[in-house]
Amino acid sequence: MPVSVEPTSVDPSQNGSAPVPTEADTQTSADAQESPEALRPHAENAFADELAALAAQDDRPRPARWKLSPWAVATYLLGGTLPDGTVITPKYVGPRRIVEVAVTTLATDRALLLLGVPGTAKTWVSEHLAAAVSGDSTLLVQGTAGTPEEAIRYGWNYAQLLAHGPSRDALVPSPVMRAMAEGMTARVEELTRIPADVQDTLITILSEKTLPIPELGQEVQAVRGFNLIATANDRDRGVNDLSSALRRRFNTVVLPLPASAEAEVDIVSRRVDQIGRSLDLPAAPDGIDEIRRVVTVFRELRDGVTTDGRTKLKSPSGTLSTAEAISVVTGGLALAAHFGDGVLRSGDVAAGILGAVVRDPAADRVIWQEYLETVVRERDGWKDFYRACREVSA
Amino acid sequence: MAGTDGKAGPGRGPLLLGVRHHGPGSARAVQAALAAARPRVVLIEGPPEADALVPLAAHEDMRPPVALLAHAVDEPGRSAFWPFAEFSPEWVALRWAVDHGVPVRFFDLPAAHTLALREHEEEAEHGTDGGQGETTGRPAGAGPEPEPGAKAEPGAKAEPEPEAEAEPGAMPSAAGTRPAVRTDPLAVLAGAAGYDDPERWWEDVVEHRGAGEDPLAPFSALEEAMGALRETEGTEGAKGPEPHGEPGAADEHGRDLVREAYMRLQVRSAQREFPEGVAVVCGAWHVPALRRKSTVAADRALLKGLPKIKVDLTWVPWTNRRLSRSSGYGAGIDSPGWYGHVFGAADRPVERWLTKVAGLLREEDRIVSSAHVIEAVRLAETLAVMRGRPLPGLSETTDAVRAVMCEGSDVPLALVHDRLVVGDVLGEVPEEAPAVPLQRDLTRIQRRLRLKPEALERELELDLRKETDAERGRLLHRLRLLGIGWGEPAASRTGTGTFRETWRLRWEPELSVRVAEAGVWGTTVLGAATAKAEADAVAAQHLAEVTALAERCLLAELPDALPVVMRVLADRAALDADVGHLAQALPALVRSLRYGDVRGTDTGALAEVAAGLAERVFVGLPPACAALDADGAEEMRRHVDAVNGAVGLLADAADAPADAAHAPADAAHAPADAAHAPADAAHAPADAAHAPASAPGPASASGSAPDAGSVPAPGPASVSAPDPASGPGDLRARWRRVLRVLSVRGTVPGVIRGRSVRLLLDDGELPADEAARLMGLALSPGTPPADAAAWIEGFVGGGSGGGMLLVHDERLLGLVDAWLTGVPAEAFTDVLPLLRRTFSAYEPGVRRTLGELVRRGPGARGGTAAGGTGLPGFAPEPDTARADAVEPVVRLLLGLPAREGASGRPGPAGSRTGGRTRQDTDDNDLAGVRV
Repeated sequence: MPVSVEPTSVDPSQNGSAPVPTEADTQTSADAQESPEALRPHAENAFADELAALAAQDDRPRPARWKLSPWAVATYLLGGTLPDGTVITPKYVGPRRIVEVAVTTLATDRALLLLGVPGTAKTWVSEHLAAAVSGDSTLLVQGTAGTPEEAIRYGWNYAQLLAHGPSRDALVPSPVMRAMAEGMTARVEELTRIPADVQDTLITILSEKTLPIPELGQEVQAVRGFNLIATANDRDRGVNDLSSALRRRFNTVVLPLPASAEAEVDIVSRRVDQIGRSLDLPAAPDGIDEIRRVVTVFRELRDGVTTDGRTKLKSPSGTLSTAEAISVVTGGLALAAHFGDGVLRSGDVAAGILGAVVRDPAADRVIWQEYLETVVRERDGWKDFYRACREVSA
Repeated sequence: MAGTDGKAGPGRGPLLLGVRHHGPGSARAVQAALAAARPRVVLIEGPPEADALVPLAAHEDMRPPVALLAHAVDEPGRSAFWPFAEFSPEWVALRWAVDHGVPVRFFDLPAAHTLALREHEEEAEHGTDGGQGETTGRPAGAGPEPEPGAKAEPGAKAEPEPEAEAEPGAMPSAAGTRPAVRTDPLAVLAGAAGYDDPERWWEDVVEHRGAGEDPLAPFSALEEAMGALRETEGTEGAKGPEPHGEPGAADEHGRDLVREAYMRLQVRSAQREFPEGVAVVCGAWHVPALRRKSTVAADRALLKGLPKIKVDLTWVPWTNRRLSRSSGYGAGIDSPGWYGHVFGAADRPVERWLTKVAGLLREEDRIVSSAHVIEAVRLAETLAVMRGRPLPGLSETTDAVRAVMCEGSDVPLALVHDRLVVGDVLGEVPEEAPAVPLQRDLTRIQRRLRLKPEALERELELDLRKETDAERGRLLHRLRLLGIGWGEPAASRTGTGTFRETWRLRWEPELSVRVAEAGVWGTTVLGAATAKAEADAVAAQHLAEVTALAERCLLAELPDALPVVMRVLADRAALDADVGHLAQALPALVRSLRYGDVRGTDTGALAEVAAGLAERVFVGLPPACAALDADGAEEMRRHVDAVNGAVGLLADAADAPADAAHAPADAAHAPADAAHAPADAAHAPADAAHAPASAPGPASASGSAPDAGSVPAPGPASVSAPDPASGPGDLRARWRRVLRVLSVRGTVPGVIRGRSVRLLLDDGELPADEAARLMGLALSPGTPPADAAAWIEGFVGGGSGGGMLLVHDERLLGLVDAWLTGVPAEAFTDVLPLLRRTFSAYEPGVRRTLGELVRRGPGARGGTAAGGTGLPGFAPEPDTARADAVEPVVRLLLGLPAREGASGRPGPAGSRTGGRTRQDTDDNDLAGVRV
């Protein structure tokens, strides 16, 4: 039968014995009075106004224990303007279809698996989904190679256990367990990093919607509203691949890389700007051209085809994600600021690009040189870039 | 409005059923309406000439998708298609009428006019917008339009645009263009309803709606909407053309009026004949116009003076792929398979569809359980609710399939799209259908070229310099591409020139069947061959297949297919990681380039691709040469040779003068050799090219090429000191850089290193003493004997003229000699086989000379550096007087102009084309001998 688990039974100070991700627990106790000093507030706090406005005007049916209707959740993520004029900022810039499928999945009792290469906003989307659906994005299990079963099921407070024997009081529930009991949305980050045997503890939770506690002869049954969002890295496929039994419990949504070059240039320059400011780098006046060039190179190699769609290319083994483009540009800016004349030039990014592209010294180098010789060399206005790349690749 | 003949009174007007072409919902509605109204005659949008073909629709061998094909009798390339799928409302009406014994009439503007009109417009517009020019009344909504977008679908129903189109190739002008922005009435309607996608709006409002109470209600609602639309459109239409500056838009509007006038007349006459009980099935767009009252005289006036040509119609098989928009000339339907399913499914279309998808994925060995299907259905339905749609449509089911069955991957989804959403359905047409135009076109060409199809085998010699023969050759090549094996190329008995072709001809009866089958590809031999070549290129598995196809395209002269083939070729080359494949493909490509050149085909694209391919080889070759075993090294050496030859030709093809300058420059390196050249040529012509270059002598020569056809040549300097400019010279210079890398890299097998040094030496890129240094390095005691022997094999081995090199450069011979004598006894037996292979390939004369040189010993080699040789039978210096005596004859043979001071008479072939001249110089580098 359903047993409600009191949040109060979670005492972070007693957590040491069970390597439950402390993040989740500390957040739980902290989320009520999140301090404005927080380096990064949770989604439900940062966008509390928008959520409230949406909830106020949302007259569509809501699934049990959902704070918003599915339609409103999609609006929260994709942005829009409410009838009363409240502007909802877009949290995710990408195909509408993806958000719709994700929200719809959560509305059914299937779990949601967000796949994508690093830097495609998987975690970001999952956090905002949880915030919009359950009003709480903190029920989080971070998947690592060392994530134990306790992190997904429950652990024990050993002092209590020794003193009073097994009881509900001695139990330290995992975020998943709490989500089940309260009908909330739980999140599992980097699911494929978790060892296969630990992953499989999710099967019962997702199919039977129950979590047995054999030590007590009890179980926690999920109440309506419970669901789970997992994220996994495309590139990790095969590390700890999901068993087909587990895979079957998920609806999979693949988050794509930015669709257009302009969108990506925009993302990169914005992020570079933020990072640059936090590193106190001087602003680069004409950096945008170089950023565009970096993004173009990354996109072309990643997609295996030139921007004009006329020439196919081999793709190197690296991810070449937007995040990497950001780090190349940031590195270039630092070079330009500290060792150059402060203007971002080809030479500043060339070495970074080479490092990002050539991950496998043999195969990738050939791919890179082919790209240089067949595409870059011919391109108008890319002479300096070609020369800089030749220099570092030689 | 629409009255059924039972209920509504007679004279109330015809039953007008406005449809969306190829809309399954419309089809169902039409079926219900016809069943309810039981009209006595059915008028269907389509060319009236096809009335005679109607009975075939009921033939048991007739299976949709099929198309009505209209083509000009004397010009099969001018044609238009009216495709019908099983779920096309027109087809449904046709079948209903035929099954119920009700007469059917096509009542659109006759194809005789539409095709003629198209011609007219083309002339007027230079064919720039064939897309709209054509006309054909879009009966089934659709002609195969080459322009994939054509927004055909919405347009199709509302059809403000015409679509029929010629098949690609036959109308190249039409094929490439796409109609410019065109008003889309459905988009306006959909926008008003808050939909961003007019397709979806139509689906929701019409196609997916279940059968209502009144089978006629949807049609009247639609008519009203269209009427309102046309009112606004009408005003916009007037100013429409200006913003776009597109003549077609205005024409189109005009043509619509003409078509509607004709339709009205037809409806009127049908009504006279069957006063109560005329049903009309046409695009919804036309309904208000047909309803409008208009005088017969006004309509007649519109139709006056329409151009007319003689046309023929027949049924041809069609495929789902061709219905789909992606195939390039489809009917503008994205998902014929899905429509077919929606139309055919008795109930629960989504469940049935997802079960089908699961079945397909299982066949492809993906694990898809019933649980997956259940979850997919749930997701699709929830999505539909969330998106506010009455029923899950294709986009919802596709999203569900992706998320549940395909684990988010688009790869299996592509399979689903290809096999189910589009589908593999191939239509069939009974044998009684009139002959396809391709056969007529072939017959016409056969008559023109006086090539009779005969069952008796015979051989045909073609001289491609003659126009007729060249055309015959092209025809046979095109037929071969189409799988019609009338002629097989045979080895020529009389000559091997590139301008000669020999064919073995034999017309087997089954070839007629093949022609009929090939009719799918187009209506003319040219068009069909082009379409087939393009399809083949896309389907080709290996790089070599594509290069071969490129060659065949050139032979068959299919310039329109080349861009596609080249694209595929470039793509394949880009993705092929095996340098061997690339190196293999390059020579064939360069060959085609030269061949195309001979025939005057434009080979710009080909040259570009070839250059790109060479570039990739350059980049990939050095790493690929590392760590090879003996066999691999030998193979790679062959690739190096092939690429070297190809690069030379490529540079030549791209820049003729360079070639002319090249050969003489080589020769000019060693003026001293000139005297020997005739002798060399006599016993080893192949060596001639290399021999002169090999002799030590002044590293450069002055003077420009004496070749008649050449433009001022870069001059020999470019050979001895290549400047890395752009252009073909650049290509050659970069190839030399690759060779340099190969020649000095330790991990590269000896045979390749030796070969690289040799190629550089032959090219004059490497001074002789540098070559000697490298040879000394390779043969120094530190090198394992086997590796050194391989180096020698690469350097002077085989039939590459290495023997003469050793004869002429005694320093090299001395190095070999010294190394050989220094090989330890135990290692000698190891290297012996390799050495034997190297030297046994030499001409006996060369071997003997070498032997004599070696026997004479090192003493005699003292003064060889200046190029004088102590060869037995040769004077130390060339005798220029004797050489001069030979020169006029050599010039005559080669067709070179006499030298100044000589007779001054131009050579016999002085006026030949550059291509021919180049060929000559390639064939015999003696052209460059300067005396």
